Amino acid sequence: MSVVEILKEKFGAAILGEETTADQLGIYVSREVLPQVMRFLHDELDFKHLADLCGVDYLGWKGKRKKAERFEVVYNLYSLSRRELIRIKVPIPESDPRVPSVTSIWRVANWFERECYDLLGIRFEGHPDLRRLLMPENWSGHPLRKDYPLEPEEEWKDYAELREKARELSRYEWGDRRVRGG
Amino acid sequence: MAPTLELYTRKIGHPEWEEPFVVNMGPQHPSTHGVLRLYLELDGETVVRCDPRIGYLHRGLEKLSENMTYTQAMVLTDRLDYISSAANNTGYCLAVEKLLGLEVPRRARLLRTIVCEMARISSHLLWLATHALDIGAMTVFLYCFRDREWLLDIYEKICGARLTVSYPRIGGVRLDFTSEIIDELYQFTEEFPTRITDYETLIDVNRIWLRRTKGIAVVPPEKALNMGLTGPSLRGSGVPYDVRKFRPYDAYDEVEFEVPVGKNGDTYDRYRVRMEEMRQANRIIRQCLDKLAQTEGEPVVAEGAPDLLMPEKKKAPRAVPHPKKGFMVKGEEVPVVPEGEVYVSIEAPKGELGYYIVSDGSGKPWRVRVRAPSFVHISAIPEMVKGHMVADIIAVIGTLDVVLGECDR
Repeated sequence: MSVVEILKEKFGAAILGEETTADQLGIYVSREVLPQVMRFLHDELDFKHLADLCGVDYLGWKGKRKKAERFEVVYNLYSLSRRELIRIKVPIPESDPRVPSVTSIWRVANWFERECYDLLGIRFEGHPDLRRLLMPENWSGHPLRKDYPLEPEEEWKDYAELREKARELSRYEWGDRRVRGG
Repeated sequence: MAPTLELYTRKIGHPEWEEPFVVNMGPQHPSTHGVLRLYLELDGETVVRCDPRIGYLHRGLEKLSENMTYTQAMVLTDRLDYISSAANNTGYCLAVEKLLGLEVPRRARLLRTIVCEMARISSHLLWLATHALDIGAMTVFLYCFRDREWLLDIYEKICGARLTVSYPRIGGVRLDFTSEIIDELYQFTEEFPTRITDYETLIDVNRIWLRRTKGIAVVPPEKALNMGLTGPSLRGSGVPYDVRKFRPYDAYDEVEFEVPVGKNGDTYDRYRVRMEEMRQANRIIRQCLDKLAQTEGEPVVAEGAPDLLMPEKKKAPRAVPHPKKGFMVKGEEVPVVPEGEVYVSIEAPKGELGYYIVSDGSGKPWRVRVRAPSFVHISAIPEMVKGHMVADIIAVIGTLDVVLGECDR
């Protein structure tokens, strides 16, 4: 029995659908039952390796496959014993970008989720420490969103302070200039 | 008056104050292999809490690739793990090829396998050099760089670049090897195993080396998998997960090699795994070179592979019925890369390097996601250093073999 069939039998309507692109299986799961599905996949079906977790922004998507919601969080799971790679996809509406965290199942999800929150602004509920990761803490906006401007519109708040500090430090007498220049 | 330099936070620890001693290790620290900052809370010299702060090298590679064509974005992957760029390129090419449904010629697959394994050796050599230097074994450093230099020279002969090679391309490789390169690689594979033995005599049973690595940062197998460790860091714990064996790509299914695994999951076992991996990589290169002779003169780029400068959108003429003219020819947009999404991972020298690419049918990727092993490995540092000494952090950073260019992307 394939993974999709098992999941459909167990969770019924919460499995929203499936699709196969480039020989890879993707399963759409509703976010309400995500923790249970993931726990089941981890414990019963032996998907012990969370290879990847990321978010995708489908704003302005022109592809043939229709997207019901703006965001999608994608989990790529691998099972060493089954030697099988599956992809769990969770559609997330723009008005309420929240999804349950899976850090309690896979510790590796911790930073993946933080990164996803940082770059796409999707909040992971139940995450122990949801802070920005790559961008500075007081950064405004989420860079990987499709409506994020490519050209900067305003300067980062701390940049002026940083520049001032660099100027101050450049005035500092570090020692004998003649020796340094030589 | 000169301004004060607040370079590191410092609170004098005293038992009555109940405030931990806070130290910022990095971002400019000789042992952090890049701009990694570790926020440490210490009790004496023992680490109570560690919080890595990354993002100093964040260049927005994923965002950049969304605004480039597929072939342009490949050059960015060189800058991920700049020590083993050939492996990064290969992973990206594999992902796009899978989207396109391209069949890569056998010779190109062999050539890619060779450069990937060369990248593995050169990456492991750099790792051994710096890791040993951090822990206190000075001699190994220069020997390792001597051999790495040889490999970089071969890279230069292959494609003209030493570090950011961009040698693989979508559908194959850019150039064929000349006979001179093959001869030199034969010579290298002949000599390299003795060099590994030399390094092992230097540090394998060195008493200081053993004290610094044995029993340091032990990770049990289940925990290692749960924390997402991959590559030699995972195999040091005894989990034989290797993408080359589990999901063979390129020519790995036609060469023989073994996957070394450790037992105890400590720093010393990970060191042993990497040393053995270098031997296996050498073996793979040797086999591929032998097989290259069978495919002499065959093409190295797949039929129908996209141009090096892939157009954004292609227009194809199509006859459309017209009430007056009978028919008219109309330009219609043809999908350059078929719509779909794909997750392809390879065994990069540092671990599992995955690419998740979403295509909307145009010439630009909709989303490129890079699953970088270093990113995951740095997230595992807090768990691994808890309860260890400050000096062991250096050993842990070294043993995980992190590169910040790949972590921050």
